[in-house]
Amino acid sequence: MDLSISLLLPLTFLLPLAGTLILSLSNGRLGERASATVGVTSMGLSALVTVLIAWQYIAEPQVYGVTLWRWISVGDFQPSIGLALDGLSLTMLGIITGVGFLIHLFAAWYMQGEKGITRFYAYMNLFVFSMVLLVLGDNLLLLFFGWEGVGLCSYLLIGYYYEHSENGWAAFKAFVVTRIGDVFLAIGMFLLFFELGTLDIAEILNRAPQMWAEGDPTVELAALLMLGGAVGKSAQLPLHTWLADAMAGPTPVSALIHAATMVTAGVYLIARMNGLFLLAPDVLQLTGIIGALTLLMAGFAALAQTDIKRVLAYSTMSQIGYMFLALGAGAFDAAIFHLMTHAFFKALLFLSAGAVIVSCHHEQDMRRLGGLWRQLPLAYAGFIVGGSALAALPLVSAGFYSKDEILWQELATGHGGLLLAGMIGAFLTSLYTVRLIILTFHGKPKSDNARNAEAGRGLVHGVPLIVLALLSTFLGAWINPPLENVLPAPAEGEEFWHLILELAAAGVVIAGIAVGAWLYLRRRGWLAKHTSSGWGAWLWTFWNHAWGVDDLYDRVLVKPYRGLVRFLRSDIIDRTCSLFAKLAWLLHQGLSRTQTGKLRFYATSMVAGATLILLALALVP
Amino acid sequence: MMLVWLILIPFIGGLLCWQAERIGDTPPRWIALGTMGLELLLTLWLWWSGDFQLPEIAGAQASQWALEFRAPWIPRFGIEIHLALDGLSLILIALTGFLGVLAVVCSWKEIIGRVGFFHLNLLWILGGVVGVFLAIDLFLFFFFWELMLVPMYFLIALWGHSGTQGKTRIGAATKFFIYTQASGLLMLVAILGLAFAHHAATGVYSFSYDELRNAPVSDELAMWLMLGFFIAFAVKLPVVPLHGWLPDAHAQAPTAGSVDLAGILLKTAAYGMLRFTLPLFPEASQAFAPVAMALGVVGIFYGALLACGQQDIKRLIAYTSISHMGFVLIGIYAGTQLALQGVVVLMVAHAFSAAGLFIMSGQIYERIHTRDMTQMGGLWGRLGSLPGFSLCFVAASLGMPGTANFIGEFMVLFGTFPVAPWVVAIASVGLVLAAIYSLFLMQRVHYGPAKSDEPLEGLDHREYVMLLGILALVLFFGLYPQPLLETSGAAMHEIQRLFTDPALTTTILPTGAS
Amino acid sequence: MSGVPMEHGLVLAAVLFALGLAGLMFRRNMIFILMSLEIMLNSAGLAFIVGGTAWGQPEGQAMFLLVITLAAAEASVGLALLLQLNHRFKTLDTDAASRMRG
Repeated sequence: MDLSISLLLPLTFLLPLAGTLILSLSNGRLGERASATVGVTSMGLSALVTVLIAWQYIAEPQVYGVTLWRWISVGDFQPSIGLALDGLSLTMLGIITGVGFLIHLFAAWYMQGEKGITRFYAYMNLFVFSMVLLVLGDNLLLLFFGWEGVGLCSYLLIGYYYEHSENGWAAFKAFVVTRIGDVFLAIGMFLLFFELGTLDIAEILNRAPQMWAEGDPTVELAALLMLGGAVGKSAQLPLHTWLADAMAGPTPVSALIHAATMVTAGVYLIARMNGLFLLAPDVLQLTGIIGALTLLMAGFAALAQTDIKRVLAYSTMSQIGYMFLALGAGAFDAAIFHLMTHAFFKALLFLSAGAVIVSCHHEQDMRRLGGLWRQLPLAYAGFIVGGSALAALPLVSAGFYSKDEILWQELATGHGGLLLAGMIGAFLTSLYTVRLIILTFHGKPKSDNARNAEAGRGLVHGVPLIVLALLSTFLGAWINPPLENVLPAPAEGEEFWHLILELAAAGVVIAGIAVGAWLYLRRRGWLAKHTSSGWGAWLWTFWNHAWGVDDLYDRVLVKPYRGLVRFLRSDIIDRTCSLFAKLAWLLHQGLSRTQTGKLRFYATSMVAGATLILLALALVP
Repeated sequence: MMLVWLILIPFIGGLLCWQAERIGDTPPRWIALGTMGLELLLTLWLWWSGDFQLPEIAGAQASQWALEFRAPWIPRFGIEIHLALDGLSLILIALTGFLGVLAVVCSWKEIIGRVGFFHLNLLWILGGVVGVFLAIDLFLFFFFWELMLVPMYFLIALWGHSGTQGKTRIGAATKFFIYTQASGLLMLVAILGLAFAHHAATGVYSFSYDELRNAPVSDELAMWLMLGFFIAFAVKLPVVPLHGWLPDAHAQAPTAGSVDLAGILLKTAAYGMLRFTLPLFPEASQAFAPVAMALGVVGIFYGALLACGQQDIKRLIAYTSISHMGFVLIGIYAGTQLALQGVVVLMVAHAFSAAGLFIMSGQIYERIHTRDMTQMGGLWGRLGSLPGFSLCFVAASLGMPGTANFIGEFMVLFGTFPVAPWVVAIASVGLVLAAIYSLFLMQRVHYGPAKSDEPLEGLDHREYVMLLGILALVLFFGLYPQPLLETSGAAMHEIQRLFTDPALTTTILPTGAS
Repeated sequence: MSGVPMEHGLVLAAVLFALGLAGLMFRRNMIFILMSLEIMLNSAGLAFIVGGTAWGQPEGQAMFLLVITLAAAEASVGLALLLQLNHRFKTLDTDAASRMRG
């Protein structure tokens, strides 16, 4: 049994890698169809392999380790290219390959007729390769390999439409901002290796409690640095600014990378290093606070967006905020459960948004859409199902079960403040979800693009939407991630309070939906009036700019950096060193003046010189 | 004798190229290619057949060299032709051979005037570099050190491009020459000072590495001599206040010159520090280490910041070299086994990635006849597979895992952390800046709207194979750096032992002349 | 020994040398410059003779012979230059030939 898993496990990332290699070495000889076939097939096979692995794992759950080869070997420094499969990585693997396959499939429809499909699929496969490596790596260095790899692919795919420089700059921003987080993670690795002498994750979790007592400053620092990495990758405050701009990429990319998988890597990291974080209660507390702040900030920002994808981007931030909230309460399994359901429903929402965007001839502005529910029934259904899961509609949606679990854990562990933030967030979520759906699908079409929408056809378009829609309902919540042995058990509490909380949460959600429906169906005029003048307008702009953090960074970081670069551009140190050359030049100028070419001048100066020497000899004894 | 041939082959090949010019333009190219190919094959054969991980246990008694050659040169002053090879020099000579082949291939179409003389200079540089890597008689080392400058001067002065803003190739060549020559003078003074100190103590003149390592030198004198060596190497590395020649030389040199400069000439400096500065003056170096590391950090930031502000693509790459060499300097002066091994990997990796970037910018120049990035933009769709390769080299230069640069940088940082955690923390910020300047290059060159719809000529087979070859090596050493680590392990262990435990040298090694 | 005291001879030599020097410095015409040079050489020769006589040594006179030969050689080179100067610049003014200006 073990043998077969160790054979299959490398295939999960080697197959996408093979896809990338075939596509990139084809050097443009593959056509659109062939490229899509290679890209989707390699992903499909990878997903198939994952199913086989899951099958065997469930039959015999244990930690499976495969060491492919020793990566670096110097003294104690022995990171290997080694994989470890446990319940957590299997859950992640399933999400990545499963959802990834559906999105690849959908992309074949979405990207048809675009230039450079080969490039697109090469990047996408490379992304899956890196992401799988991230979750399977048994040591931090290999995890970092995947971590950076997904960052690079994210960069490449955001900048996929390279002809527009803004896209390139958005990609640039995404990479650089996440890299700031990565640096924290890297320093965290250095610290852990220095203190514990190993990079193996299991070994670190094993040695950490022996080395440090709870709350030891060193372990707090290590956990804080890890948190820095997670915050960057998962677009949480204060490194969240890149995600909204990242929507410049093709929509399947947003679905795969910026909703379902890569942005949740931070959550995975913290869950993976749970032993370390449990030793650092202050950092864990901070994680929860960051999550709470982000989910509120992003929730308000999502209310004031006009671009359909940006609404989803802010909702992603907000949902990951929920996951951080759960992590902060030590409810790692609730976080991972929400990660899974979020992957389903957010991928569904993004793909449906992609369907809308392509059908409406690349119109993404909600103010120019509307009334689409008749023309695009499938996308509408996708939005309804996905939206209800996002808003956590009670009982029928997957999101309800996962979000409820998070809120319950907050209550059970006594994090009142975080619970309150979660509740407010739930209200905001349902409000902006309703707004999103009503503006996009109801009312009258507000532009020709919306009036002439053409619904997508074909299995490639329909199957991913339908499968994801099914997974976003309560069916998805039935999937029980095998996390028992990996993560600490959830906190227990009185069932009575749980029931009360469920009712309260359901009440909040329904209230949010009701208020939203009332506002956006009945009182549109009133809203429009109040958001275009006075305080309302200011608030609208403020939220639209996501609380102005971007502008703040622009002023505090980007501008000074640019100034510094401009100041240094001509290499002042080199200029200073060149002063010697300048000095020699001046001396040369001065001396060459004396070369008059006149014989008499030379004779005179000779006499003067001789006289001076004689005088000197005479005067100095 | 093998070692002598390693040095002689490029020199002889160079002369042949020069004479072959009479026949036509093509024979010199093939002769040069054959020469460097032969050099590379010989080195690889040595690598294959030799065992470079021996003397860890044997300690100081066993010879640390895998191969040695000794012949008297000027016996009166104890100057010998003393060549020796260990894992470190072997790796760097193999690198020289490989980049030599690349340099010949990448100038196949670029150089059209005085082809024979060009290859004479090119091969003589490489011969001088191989000599530097092999010589362990300090006088001989100095001889080769100076020898490689002259052909480089001609290479820049005769075949260079005159750049923007009134920067001429002659000016750049002169600047390069003066900087390196002046620093060489300091090294000569330091070498002589050391030899005289040795003479004063023992009554015997010697320039031998092993002898001088045990020369009894007072602490103060050792500090001064160490500084002499350090500054000489610091100019070549380059370390920041002394880097002025590099951007000009790179920007004005022909592609082959840039490849050699970035790929191997800079490495001679790191090699010199590893081979001479540290082992000859362990205590002084130890005391100097904080300053050196600080200089390394300054270099990382200064290089990265300046790279962001450049318009000339080759100047940008030149400044990135300064930034990367900052990591090398930090690693060398951290002196732990891990950091030193990382330095070796980083040197090799940087040679590949910088060579790749320079070759790529040379190819862009051949097609659109400018190196000004404001004139570029939107090249992605117009250049066939070249942008894909640039992307890979850019990724390597920003230290993407999977490339050898990542291994090098991270080993240096891992190895330095126990010694100087704050230095590592600050240097890591350099990784963000690396991302900024690397992606800046991508953005300005390949992204954005195309300046014209006309497709440019794609890569031909020669160019494709060349870039693919470099890329394959970058990835190979990124995923499996073990061959490098094993080969250099013993040599680095020796340096680490000398550096971190200076007391050991004086007790174990026999002192005085024997 | 009687006769002119050595000091007088030396003063005469110095005066002659100064005259020659002044001529060299203030004259522009090359013929006069050459003549001034001759005077300076001869003043030096005179100083040798005076010294040699005063101390009764023969080297003074030997040196004078050397000076005479030197003067002859100098005169011939100088005159050749003068001819060239006249040929090229159509003048004997030395300031005209100032192309060695730095």
